[in-house]
Amino acid sequence: MRFPKRTLMAAAIALAAGAAQAQVSDGVIKIGVMNDQSGTYADLAGPGSVVAARMAVEDFGAAKKGMKVEILVADHQNKPDIGSNIARQWYDVDKVDVIVDVPTSSVVLAVNEVTRQKNKALIVSTGATSDLTGKACSPNSIHWTYDTWSLANGTANAVVKTGGSTWFFLTADYAFGHALERDTEAVVLKNGGKVLGKVRHPFPSSDFSSFLLQAQSSKAKVIGLANAGADTTNAIKQGAEFGIVSGGQQFAGLLVFLTDVHALGLDKAQGLLLTEAFYWDLNDQTRAWSKRFAQGHKGAMPTMVQAGVYSAVLHYLKAVEALKSDEGPKVVAKMKEMPTDDPIFGKGQVRQDGRKIHPMYLFEVKKPSESKGAWDYYKVRATIPADQAFRPVKEGNCPLVK
Amino acid sequence: MSEIFGIPTQALFGQLLIGLINGSFYALLSLGLAVIFGMLNIINFTHGAQYMMGAFCAYFLLNKLGLGYWWALLLAPVIVGATGIVIERLMLARLYQLDHLYGLLLTFGLALVIQGLFRNEFGSSGLPYNIPKALEGGRNLGFMFLPNYRAWVVVASLVVCLATWFVIEKTRLGAYLRAATENPALVQAFGINVPRMITLTYGFGVGLAALAGVMAAPIYQVNPLMGADLIIVVFAVVVIGGMGSIMGSIVTGFALGVIEGLTKVFYPEASNTVIFIIMAIVLLVRPQGLFGQR
Repeated sequence: MRFPKRTLMAAAIALAAGAAQAQVSDGVIKIGVMNDQSGTYADLAGPGSVVAARMAVEDFGAAKKGMKVEILVADHQNKPDIGSNIARQWYDVDKVDVIVDVPTSSVVLAVNEVTRQKNKALIVSTGATSDLTGKACSPNSIHWTYDTWSLANGTANAVVKTGGSTWFFLTADYAFGHALERDTEAVVLKNGGKVLGKVRHPFPSSDFSSFLLQAQSSKAKVIGLANAGADTTNAIKQGAEFGIVSGGQQFAGLLVFLTDVHALGLDKAQGLLLTEAFYWDLNDQTRAWSKRFAQGHKGAMPTMVQAGVYSAVLHYLKAVEALKSDEGPKVVAKMKEMPTDDPIFGKGQVRQDGRKIHPMYLFEVKKPSESKGAWDYYKVRATIPADQAFRPVKEGNCPLVK
Repeated sequence: MSEIFGIPTQALFGQLLIGLINGSFYALLSLGLAVIFGMLNIINFTHGAQYMMGAFCAYFLLNKLGLGYWWALLLAPVIVGATGIVIERLMLARLYQLDHLYGLLLTFGLALVIQGLFRNEFGSSGLPYNIPKALEGGRNLGFMFLPNYRAWVVVASLVVCLATWFVIEKTRLGAYLRAATENPALVQAFGINVPRMITLTYGFGVGLAALAGVMAAPIYQVNPLMGADLIIVVFAVVVIGGMGSIMGSIVTGFALGVIEGLTKVFYPEASNTVIFIIMAIVLLVRPQGLFGQR
């Protein structure tokens, strides 16, 4: 009696799978994780983002639902030309349906254009420039985890309100640094602060002593670091050497990741204010998810952008499932229509301009005495509610919502 | 306050000094390269990786054995130098008969392998290493705040550079070395073990790179990629100074540090290209380099 029942079930599953597959192009949903696998941004996104994407596919239960999902990985080396070449190759030859992650704003902007031309889909987690939902917004793209506006809104607001009224910027000389500096400067000026000077350093740089000296002689109360990764950690480390903090000035790390704090050590990073969308130790859900992530990633806790890749891929797959199609702009539209819900950011939504909305957090880095051990680094200073955490749609000038 | 090109003279002094400090790293590294090229005719592209290994060696000595900075300064060059000797005996020694290009390709490949292995194991954001207690803090010079550690770096590297120059150019041992590069067969005929001397010279050059790595560890993060960018700049320094010229590499190392430092004040966006612009000009006007012969 059992035999035919089983056969029937198998047949049903096969049929269901066949039905689902028939709708997606060439029967496979191909997700391309493109990021820096070997350079300065490899730890904060890199292989960890791939781990997160795989977890999303698994948790979505793609195999059980009969959906075939494949993950491809590429290293764009932080170079826009390499990034857009990979994107073309992926879309044209490898039939990739969606590209996710993509750090380095200059590369993101290039890949964004290629995605628009090829009419596919792009979900950005690590890339930061707020132009993605502003003048460069596209019906094919979603900006997932954070952006330069939300960072400035979190950190600069808090710093200016606690007396940091005069600023000097150390800015990475490419699209990301420029955008972060611009958005931060706007917040500083709006709150009645002043910008005394700025210096644009090559990306990546290892020696900041010359720039720090210029910042020191500007007598600004706050030195805003509009850079990321090793550039930020080196600037803070060398700032300690040049007595920046003991001389009465203060650093504002405008984009600091958990891995940066880990690399600096708490004695150098303590007291730093920073804005992030996610921290592993926020609630039971984030703790449980992060523990699973760490098991697959050499014990390292996830950064907000790695967690963001998980959340993004999960929502993408839900949209494909609901739509029964993986056609780029249609899936993106579906993703905007469906509310988001996952253990990373909780409930949220995607706005018409492509901005994913969720709360942001202002964290303070713990003192060594407050930390219980490795990865116990942040305490929450403030929660910025979802409706205030990101730039209002009107101010972005995104052509899609006009 | 008086000004030069709109920059206060005091600030300018500070930047000159910073340039000199960075120049001392260029000088130490390019010196090692020049020694290796001058004596072995090998273009050692592994130099950046060996500099990185020096920094990692310091990190491990501290965290695994509890040996601090001063021990690292002594031990790291010996340990990394020893790995250099193994590389020379097993691989480089087979290439002396061939064109320069083969040595360059081998060492370049080795550098990629070593950096890849370290990156795989330790990630790309680096490991922390602190300034030794004795050199913490700094002094106010009036025109700038000079960290004690940076002052130490300039002095130490100057001493090492000049000592190396003295040994090679002014002592009997140095004379043997130079003779061995000119005519190894003849020097061997005088009863000097030329292959061993060459091996030790390579080990010494690598040791210099490791020494620079230890000195860099407290300033920069101990990072698998720390040598990858630097090595290109240092090669430009060697080319400008004249391949194989000991004094040339020291003087150009410091001078280019200063020029780079000034660029960071007047036009920071170009600070990582200025050295290559100078290199292009020097190659056009004086292809053998500023201090090179031939």
